[in-house]
Amino acid sequence: MADLQVSVVSADAEVWTGAARQIVARTTEGEIGILPGHEPILAVLAAGEVRVTTTAGQVVAANAEDGFLSVDHDVVAIVARNAALV
Amino acid sequence: MGAQLRVYRQKIRGAQTTKKITRAMELISASRIQKAMQRVQASTPYARAVTRAVSAVATYSNVEHVLTTEAENPTRAAIVLFTSDRGLAGPFNSQVIREASELRTRLEGEGKTVVHYLVGRKAVGYFAFRRRPFEREWIGETDNPTIATAHEIAEAIVGRFVQPTDEGGVDEIHIVYNRFVSMLTQEPETVRLLPLEVVEGVADDTDAGPFPLYEFEPEVADVLDALLPVYIESRLYNAMLQSSAAKHAATQKAMKSASDNADKLIRDYTRLANNARQSEITQQISEIVGGADALSSAK
Repeated sequence: MADLQVSVVSADAEVWTGAARQIVARTTEGEIGILPGHEPILAVLAAGEVRVTTTAGQVVAANAEDGFLSVDHDVVAIVARNAALV
Repeated sequence: MGAQLRVYRQKIRGAQTTKKITRAMELISASRIQKAMQRVQASTPYARAVTRAVSAVATYSNVEHVLTTEAENPTRAAIVLFTSDRGLAGPFNSQVIREASELRTRLEGEGKTVVHYLVGRKAVGYFAFRRRPFEREWIGETDNPTIATAHEIAEAIVGRFVQPTDEGGVDEIHIVYNRFVSMLTQEPETVRLLPLEVVEGVADDTDAGPFPLYEFEPEVADVLDALLPVYIESRLYNAMLQSSAAKHAATQKAMKSASDNADKLIRDYTRLANNARQSEITQQISEIVGGADALSSAK
């Protein structure tokens, strides 16, 4: 199955970018898991970490408070003003 | 030494000192442009992601939002004016202030009351000197704009926008700033920020499969509530970064031409000084010769 193309973007830099197998994020509604092939979604993130499992199996955690998450054709953008890796 | 010669020497020294200063300023801003341009570039992924998200909402839903709704009968408009904190940047500040006052005249011609929000000490100085009222000011970090300030400005103007007009709210918000076109050109640009004119993206149908269903979490309206202020903020941030890069470019250009002018002055005055010295010597010689002639003929 194809990978997710993930980029974590803050206001003044691209914090992290790469291919990933899975993403777990906390939206205002609750936790959401994203796998390749997910339907397009635009979600508002709540306080908490976004965990990205890379294709190599590592887990990258990012803080993306007050941001949002968009998925469209396996391209994932995690965007927050003060996004930073934890 | 002749009086004339002394005056010229003084002017040469003055021009040399000025040239040292302007040359140094030119070099400083040349190094800062690079940094400012990098910051503009570094903020592009964010702006692009935010814009893409907003246009996704616009494309896949048809929700009306207060920030995209045009007032039926707009009576009050706000102008956010981006200048620099320091001068010595050629026409940088005057051109953007002129642009803003043209916009103001136009809006007032349409029967709207105009309020101003100022960024940069130069705009504040301009308004204070003319005793024109303004709503709020942000000064001190135009050289190094931060997203926090953009957030603050966005909060202030969005707050005003959603207020009813008769309680001091505004129906339209325009921003005026210097756009960084190239190292040589900076253009004043006016953009109507609110109500937003969201350009609908074209849903790409290159991908096989049915029309993608976009899911919004929590609800479309809530997503827009969170997203649009962020979009506005990123537009403001971009304007601030552009303006800062443009300011450094303008300073460099202005200081370069100042240094060149100082060079020209020094050359001209050196010529004049040489002339003055030469004519002084010629005069002294002719005085001596004349004196010797007079002495010998008196014998």
